[in-house]
Amino acid sequence: MALTPKDLLAFYRTMVTIRTFETKAAELFAAGKLPGFVHLYIGEEAAATGVCANLTDADYITSTHRGHGHLIAKGGRVDLMMAELYGKATGYCKGKGGSMHIADVDLGILGANGIVGAGQPIAVGAAFACKYRGNGTVAVCFFGDGAANRGTFHEALNLASIWKLPVVFICENNMYGISNCQRDHMNIVDIADRAAAYGIPGATVDGNDVVAVYEAAAEAVRRARGGDGPSLIECKTWRWRGHFEGDPGAYKNPDEQKAWLAKDPIPRLAQKLIDLGHATAADLAAIDDEVKAQVAAAVDFAEQSPDPDPADVLTDVYAS
Amino acid sequence: MKKMTYAEAIRDGLRVEMQRDPSVYLCGEDVGKFGGCFGVTAGLVDEFPGRVLDTPITETAIIGSAVGAAAAGLRPVAEIMFVDFTGVCMDELFNQASKMRYMFGGKAKVPMVLRTICGGGLGAAAQHSQCMEAWFAHIPGIKTVLPATPADAKGLMAAAIRDDNPVVYIEHKQLLGLSGDVPAGEYLVPLGQADIKRAGGDVTIVTWSWMVHRALAAAEALAREGIAAEIIDLRSVVPLDKETILKSVAKTNKLVIVHEAVKTGGFGGEVAAVVAEEGFDLLDTPIKRVTAPDTPVPFSAVLEKAYLPSEGKIIQAVKELF
Repeated sequence: MALTPKDLLAFYRTMVTIRTFETKAAELFAAGKLPGFVHLYIGEEAAATGVCANLTDADYITSTHRGHGHLIAKGGRVDLMMAELYGKATGYCKGKGGSMHIADVDLGILGANGIVGAGQPIAVGAAFACKYRGNGTVAVCFFGDGAANRGTFHEALNLASIWKLPVVFICENNMYGISNCQRDHMNIVDIADRAAAYGIPGATVDGNDVVAVYEAAAEAVRRARGGDGPSLIECKTWRWRGHFEGDPGAYKNPDEQKAWLAKDPIPRLAQKLIDLGHATAADLAAIDDEVKAQVAAAVDFAEQSPDPDPADVLTDVYAS
Repeated sequence: MKKMTYAEAIRDGLRVEMQRDPSVYLCGEDVGKFGGCFGVTAGLVDEFPGRVLDTPITETAIIGSAVGAAAAGLRPVAEIMFVDFTGVCMDELFNQASKMRYMFGGKAKVPMVLRTICGGGLGAAAQHSQCMEAWFAHIPGIKTVLPATPADAKGLMAAAIRDDNPVVYIEHKQLLGLSGDVPAGEYLVPLGQADIKRAGGDVTIVTWSWMVHRALAAAEALAREGIAAEIIDLRSVVPLDKETILKSVAKTNKLVIVHEAVKTGGFGGEVAAVVAEEGFDLLDTPIKRVTAPDTPVPFSAVLEKAYLPSEGKIIQAVKELF
């Protein structure tokens, strides 16, 4: 299905929402307003956006510790997310999960995850449920280059392949597992090559090109929905910030950082929209302003929300 | 009522629940064509096409996928062939299955059963004979059950499958051939309800799984010497039926705990702590624990016999209280 101007503008809005949310989160964390750990997705917005544009609310995703972008792209509400980052009672998880555990099961978001690689077999299980019901839904598993070295990766891809499950594995290769560069943590260049070991298709795309990501994911999702089994897509991208807020990222090569910043996915899409005549700079600036207001409102909502009741520490351990 | 073995009763529990709820499926290593390493799931693959799935040797994906399928609305019964292998999939159990509901603010359900088997006495040595229930009991968010009789095996399986939480269901190798009366059709034993397997007024023996039977044999011998032991089979360690334990200790004023797992960090320590905290005044004597020693399970039959809690050791522990 060819992308319409409306689709591209929607991509733009999603990417700007992620960037604005994350930039605000960085600012709030630096100001000491957010407890715990915050891992930001800045620079990687095209991956979540391009992939999730192929999904409906009935499809599932599993996310990572760097999950805000996936949640927003899958339709998560920024006010509930921000309130969760603050640990407030109105947050997605009532203040019990925080940044690393935001979920919205009704939207098929089976959670950000604090354990690297843990989402891989969970996505396989969700995909099994999709196939078991036979309703054409799919699961998408987001993970990073670091998680591609976990045993979960091997077990999940193998099981998904032999059971021909409707799951798409999206490896966001941002080149670093905390401080450990991909060059030092694996002996191959393209992680998608690993697909061959499981007898499934693998593709490597420019993860900072939202249209390229969309098209690769569209093909993989089509295969999954059609009963042709799993795929592995590697999105080459770059984490702008440190692993967590507070990590200056001194282990990164400054020249590489500079080169990747120049490949910022948002201006690239903006330029495309303008060049194709789908939008003017003023149109895009208007979207930027709307998003900024939406995120500011989310911060207000979070700040004005009540803390959880201390008695709630005991609730939600078991379903009754 | 129907006479069946413990293994047949588990299978009957699985069958009845699979008949009544199409969202229940089984998966695990060799659970299909092979019928399970101990034959427990024999024949189910033919009775329920597409719902009994052989997996590769892939414990992490067995439990990880069960978590995902359960979160997406199915009711998996995922088998880990021996409880000793649960270390391989521990993250999926203790960081994922058990915490999803809480971390997500109560907005997820993970209705899955991890079926596995524990215990010694077969010369299976240190990696195929352990009793690990204390591990699972230490993880809020999951329930852990250990049936000791065929009827309990069926009823607890049904209750575990219908429960909306992850349940670790631990069978025992020594009990698979044990025969007993089992109710036909739908039959539930609520999780968290201990069962007094023998009533007595002189000493309370709290135990579970295979050791229930060694405790019953000890109680029989003690009765001949004029000591009436009350045998409480916990059936589930989480939820723990404190009330039944405390009520019994209130009557007998003496407590012996018997379990097959090693002593340090064993669940017996928790039972003892509960009674010390909530029933200290009920006790006339110190609490005794009869357990395996703090060693790996040995291979040689001579060594394993020395390792396992025996009827004689239970009798001796009880007598020390009089």
